Amino acid sequence: MSWRHGFRSARPARRRRRIGCLPLLAIIVAVIVLVAAIALRPRALPQPQSIAAAPPKSEVTHLRPVASFASIGDPQARSLALFAEAGRVIQHPRCMNCHPRNDRPTQTNAMRPHVPWVSRGPDGAGEPTLRCSTCHHAANFEASGVPGNPEWKLAPIEMAWQGTSLGEICRQMLDPARSHMDRAALLHHMAEDELVGWAWHPGGTRSPAPGTQAEFGALIKAWLDSGARCPA
Amino acid sequence: MSYQLVVNGRAHQIEEDGQTPLLWVLRDTLHLTGTKYGCGIAQCGACTVHVDGQPMRSCSLPLEAAAGSQIVTIEAVEGPEADALRAAWVKRDVPQCGFCQSGQIMSAVALLRVKSIPNDDDIDQAMSGNICRCATYNRIRAAIHDAAGSSSSPANPA
Repeated sequence: MSWRHGFRSARPARRRRRIGCLPLLAIIVAVIVLVAAIALRPRALPQPQSIAAAPPKSEVTHLRPVASFASIGDPQARSLALFAEAGRVIQHPRCMNCHPRNDRPTQTNAMRPHVPWVSRGPDGAGEPTLRCSTCHHAANFEASGVPGNPEWKLAPIEMAWQGTSLGEICRQMLDPARSHMDRAALLHHMAEDELVGWAWHPGGTRSPAPGTQAEFGALIKAWLDSGARCPA
Repeated sequence: MSYQLVVNGRAHQIEEDGQTPLLWVLRDTLHLTGTKYGCGIAQCGACTVHVDGQPMRSCSLPLEAAAGSQIVTIEAVEGPEADALRAAWVKRDVPQCGFCQSGQIMSAVALLRVKSIPNDDDIDQAMSGNICRCATYNRIRAAIHDAAGSSSSPANPA
């Protein structure tokens, strides 16, 4: 007994509390998760969103009536003012999108390149392998949102408007070599052409051109009658 | 209202609203589900069918506009171009998920009927309206080249 007692005295008892690594790691991870959960908790619950019953109506803007230009005494200044007012339509995206500077139409009010990639083709209505009529038909189709018209096609490249000034557009319009129209045909195109008229009835949420086609046609007629002056 | 629709050579009397997209009629009424709904806004080409020989997006074509036309879907497209494309598709193992492929093939058939030996630009242009989310475009293009080399379209020289 003494030997055993002495042996114990020579090596004092060292009671080690053995704690494994895994419990410690679990505690650390739990603390991290708890802190992250507190830090990342949503400050507000997601709220349900309702879908509008109908697409928002685009704002209608008006054109100045021709009569309001009568007060401009100088015929040249009146002609220029009439064309400037008509230019609000001419330079509207509904018109400019079909007068691109290259073979690819643009779309939306941002006048971004048409998606998918399409090209005007030999007749302005698409390449034989990808016609406009692949998607665009005789009327706007609300189910798909794709606009349409029986005459859907691009203006000839000689009548590229994008990237040009209103004055240059004016000179293009009056040049039969580029517009392929005399003044009577030009007036008809602006005042009565059904495809041009689409710009006031574009469907969906597209913003229409200002005023009405009749008001626009009256402005063009008054401008032609007043000498068809072009801005610089 | 009632519309007569000729699909894959068979006449059908369809009792639907005239503004119903042709795609819904094909899939839900006639149960021709080979034509796929992809986007519904004529942006992806998965719903392409032939209407009087022209490729059209059936999601963007109202029933009333399709009535009276000859409509061909992937279930019945045939001819030397279709045969050649089918063989090339198998040989090249073109599809990945496959969802867009019926539309791809319908557009490719229409391309080869217009241009029997298309170059890369012709293919890219004709197929630009057909999107593949698996990005199998290189295999599609290669398969069209293969098919163009093996199909005979004497009526449509390049």
